[in-house]
Amino acid sequence: MSYIPHTDAETRQMLRAIGVDSIDDLFEAVPAAHRFPGLDLPAPMSEMDVAAEMLAISEANDHAGDFAVFRGAGAYHHFIPSVVNHMLLRGEFYTAYTPYQPEISQGTLQATYEYQSMMCALTGMDAANASHYDGATSLAEAVTVALEAGRRKRKKIILSHAINPQYREVVRAYHLGRDIRIIGDRGRGEVVDLMEMLDDNTAMLAVQYPNYFGQIDDFSRLAEAVHASGALLVFVANPIALSLFKSPGELGADIVVGEGQPLGIPLGYGGPYLGYFAIRQKYVRRIAGRIIGETVDADGRPAFVMTLRPREQDIKRERASSNICTNQGLMALAASIYLALMGKNGLRQVGELNYHKAQYAADQIDRLDGYSVDRSKPFFNEFVVACPRPVAEINDELLAEGIIGGVDLGEHYFHLQDHMLVCVTETNSKAEIDRLAEILGGLN
Amino acid sequence: MQNAAATNGAGASQPKKLEPLIYDLGAPGRIGVNLPDCDVPKTALPADLLRADLALPEVGEVQVVRHFVKLSKLNYSIDQGLYPLGSCTMKYNPKINEDAARLPGFAQLHPLTDGDGAQGALFLMHELQTWLGEISGFEAVSLSPAAGAQGEFAGILMIRQYHIDRGEGQRDIILVPNSAHGTNPATVTMAGMSVRELPADAQGNVDLAALRDVCAGDLRDRIAGMMITVPSTLGLFEATILDVVEAVHDAGGLMYMDGANMNALMGAVKPGQLGFDVMHYNLHKTFSTPHGGGGPGSGAVGVTAALAPYLPGPVVAVIEEENEQEPPLYGLVMPEKSIGRLKAFQGNFGMHLRAYAYIRVYGDAGIRDVTRYAVLNANYLRARLMATYKVPYPRYCGHEFVLEGHFDDAEDVHALDISKRLMDYGFHPPTNYFPLIMPEALLIEPTETEVKEDLDAFVAAMERIAEEARSEPETLLNAPHTAPVRRLDEVKAVKELVLCCAPALPIGARD
Amino acid sequence: MGEWKTPAELKYADSDEWFAVDGNVVTIGITDYAQDQLNDIVYVEFKDAGDSVDAGDSFGEVESVKAASELYSAVPGEIIEVNTALEDEPEVINADPFGAGWMVKIRAADLQGIDGLMDAAAYDAYCDSR
Repeated sequence: MSYIPHTDAETRQMLRAIGVDSIDDLFEAVPAAHRFPGLDLPAPMSEMDVAAEMLAISEANDHAGDFAVFRGAGAYHHFIPSVVNHMLLRGEFYTAYTPYQPEISQGTLQATYEYQSMMCALTGMDAANASHYDGATSLAEAVTVALEAGRRKRKKIILSHAINPQYREVVRAYHLGRDIRIIGDRGRGEVVDLMEMLDDNTAMLAVQYPNYFGQIDDFSRLAEAVHASGALLVFVANPIALSLFKSPGELGADIVVGEGQPLGIPLGYGGPYLGYFAIRQKYVRRIAGRIIGETVDADGRPAFVMTLRPREQDIKRERASSNICTNQGLMALAASIYLALMGKNGLRQVGELNYHKAQYAADQIDRLDGYSVDRSKPFFNEFVVACPRPVAEINDELLAEGIIGGVDLGEHYFHLQDHMLVCVTETNSKAEIDRLAEILGGLN
Repeated sequence: MQNAAATNGAGASQPKKLEPLIYDLGAPGRIGVNLPDCDVPKTALPADLLRADLALPEVGEVQVVRHFVKLSKLNYSIDQGLYPLGSCTMKYNPKINEDAARLPGFAQLHPLTDGDGAQGALFLMHELQTWLGEISGFEAVSLSPAAGAQGEFAGILMIRQYHIDRGEGQRDIILVPNSAHGTNPATVTMAGMSVRELPADAQGNVDLAALRDVCAGDLRDRIAGMMITVPSTLGLFEATILDVVEAVHDAGGLMYMDGANMNALMGAVKPGQLGFDVMHYNLHKTFSTPHGGGGPGSGAVGVTAALAPYLPGPVVAVIEEENEQEPPLYGLVMPEKSIGRLKAFQGNFGMHLRAYAYIRVYGDAGIRDVTRYAVLNANYLRARLMATYKVPYPRYCGHEFVLEGHFDDAEDVHALDISKRLMDYGFHPPTNYFPLIMPEALLIEPTETEVKEDLDAFVAAMERIAEEARSEPETLLNAPHTAPVRRLDEVKAVKELVLCCAPALPIGARD
Repeated sequence: MGEWKTPAELKYADSDEWFAVDGNVVTIGITDYAQDQLNDIVYVEFKDAGDSVDAGDSFGEVESVKAASELYSAVPGEIIEVNTALEDEPEVINADPFGAGWMVKIRAADLQGIDGLMDAAAYDAYCDSR
């Protein structure tokens, strides 16, 4: 019986102890008319057959093991050191529950505390939580924090159009039932245009760093303007880019959120990923989700515990600002291990590899007839290419040559028909990049 | 902020951390990974945009491995023993599922892969949607919510939109029993609606008379629906569930079922057939996907045909029917009146594929057995422990049950002390102090994957603890004695609020 | 009889706030009993001066290590002063609930709500019964 270990003899003994004749007698409270309905499911399968079936299904996908990937747009193909997976596969980590019993959960608690610390280091913030579901939900939670910080009196949220379109969809869904206005992202407003929208009704302004198009915007006057209006400044940041570029803390951000997937988490068709959330000390009690803090045990031994608990749904119930309970704990552990391995020098090296390779790829593509790269702003590991043909057509041709091309920007941005968002990471070799340019050159 | 320097560097007599922080290991210049050289010509970095400092650790690979192995050994986990944590369904997490999740065709699949290139993943999700619909008796399923709480949020938003579209946007009240998970009322508030709490009767059911009063009263036209956990958070199947559903439907409200306890229902009853309109699953409870020390989860939602157009997207649909030459073509679609997207991309796919493998192993007969044996194990523990502990509700339980963790003749001992003492006997404690309506609650859920020997050992430990409560209460009050650390000072944690270690803070912010 | 203080000149709500009436200005805080039950208070948050509240409305909340509690006003009116010092030093509420631990002053639109409150003796009896 698969993972049910009972022998018939044991089952009989147990039933005797309970005082019933059969297991089915234990279901007497279920209305008889609806008890034990038919179940139209496939027949049981052996482990050997399930393994074969899973392999067959997985092979029906075009994946980065078989293709060169130049696609990012919120999910990135990075090198993941072997150690990450080996540590994640320790049952002591992945088969444990939320550390509500700190005496026997110090492993999870300390690893999460280290994760929080490293996210603070990357973002330039003072505190981070133990995770949200993904980058998009982290941004949606930042909106709630900003509304609370504005005492629910400020009702306007300004989003840059250069924030990942899916993130903006999630923010709108999260706040469907709330009396707020989300503006700024319908047109093509630059950062200075967003600053014009600030007023004393604005709870927050959010930008992406690098933005959805891979570019680094000019934020030099932004923080001052946002804070002058009394609003919060939120950055959605790619953590690998933060290895090179100024921390959002330096740029004046109050909250930094983003997708932690690039930190040692596989593409995995979109999840599980890691929403990171970091914040300035001033607002730390408004943070949703779990937070680990340091303390001591009864002997005075330094140890870790979940703290600021009364904010959470299980205690505050209908007055909680978020309903989050289960988070992405194991993915935060992955990020922790990845950041520990990479460290100060390795992460910087990864950042530089991404930067140099993306600039090189852009150079190769920009010189092709019919193609031009948007060089209006500096970019990190993604860039926008104006193409001579519809992106879908180009991607079909690339696929036939073993390459997964960039995302078609026309799907979300009307003014960017026939524009491709190309991503280049440390996993793309010079040979792959040259091959991409060569094929594109033949498609003008 | 206060920071950790104060606790790290204090007097020599103070006990040390069990394992140093990663920041306290390593040496300048050390690196834990071997990266390739740059094989393209380098471009100058934009100097004015660069950061000066990156305060990450500098440790070698071997150190990293040992650090995390040592940390792992400070945890208790299902792989080590019984984990009877009520309402969390800590069942065995099959190893084959972990292997499957790491197949390159899944692990290395980009979420924005064009539909043709993701047919394997889409097929799997489509099958899982169908199976989850079959098990719950619902017409349509979306796998997109990332956890149970997000499934709840999706459900309440769908109920809200449904009423608005029918011109009944004034329906803004969701009824919630006082035994509910905290996520239920928090969800209602997040959706911009109001909670009306309902009392329980002496049997632990929703007080039907109180419910009928509310449904017939002034608020009748404002009732949007009701959220209820079945079996209840006390582990009891609501004997009057059909009456509850009828009363709420009669008032024009919809019924939401919190499916956290589906491990008690699979193949025993289909919530859709009881009249529920929407429910969420926790794939990380019922379908064995690992809890990962807090997550990830997956909170698939099932709905009736009337609510199907409102499902959160994307969902997987058949785009082109199969024919003699070709299998069906699957694609991601947004339902017509979708409440929208709750997550970038299409849900926690890694959890979907584990749940798929799990259902495939058990199949039609096995899935029902999961529930049958989960209920058997819970009732067995309950029957054995009734002799020693007060069991408040004299009925067979579902997959979990509640005990009173307090003795009249050992007044100083509380549920928390019993929990902590269980650690010394090698068990994870049950859930304590939930549900809130029962003082000193110990909520015990063994799950179907536990062998009788271990259940018996747990009973023996609980019996021994009951004796100790009378004979040597101090042993309980100071427990645990054998865990890696003793009880923690939670007041200090809140008051001093050290959330990030000092070396990680920007230089100017370090004390 | 418990070991908490209950000044005779104040009025008390069953949600454990005290009310001091001076003309139409009502000062509100939480009782000694309440601070003792909550244990270490670690955080407070109040509405702003200038905000108005209705009778029965929340004007803020206090948080201890394991609980969060709403604070309710028995009178309608405008909040004219908030004890913002408590935001930095919430432990003052534990130390001096009836003095430095006062929370808000409200200019009451009417004082009807005060009539429904308990006097010190009734509140003491109420606390003893819990």
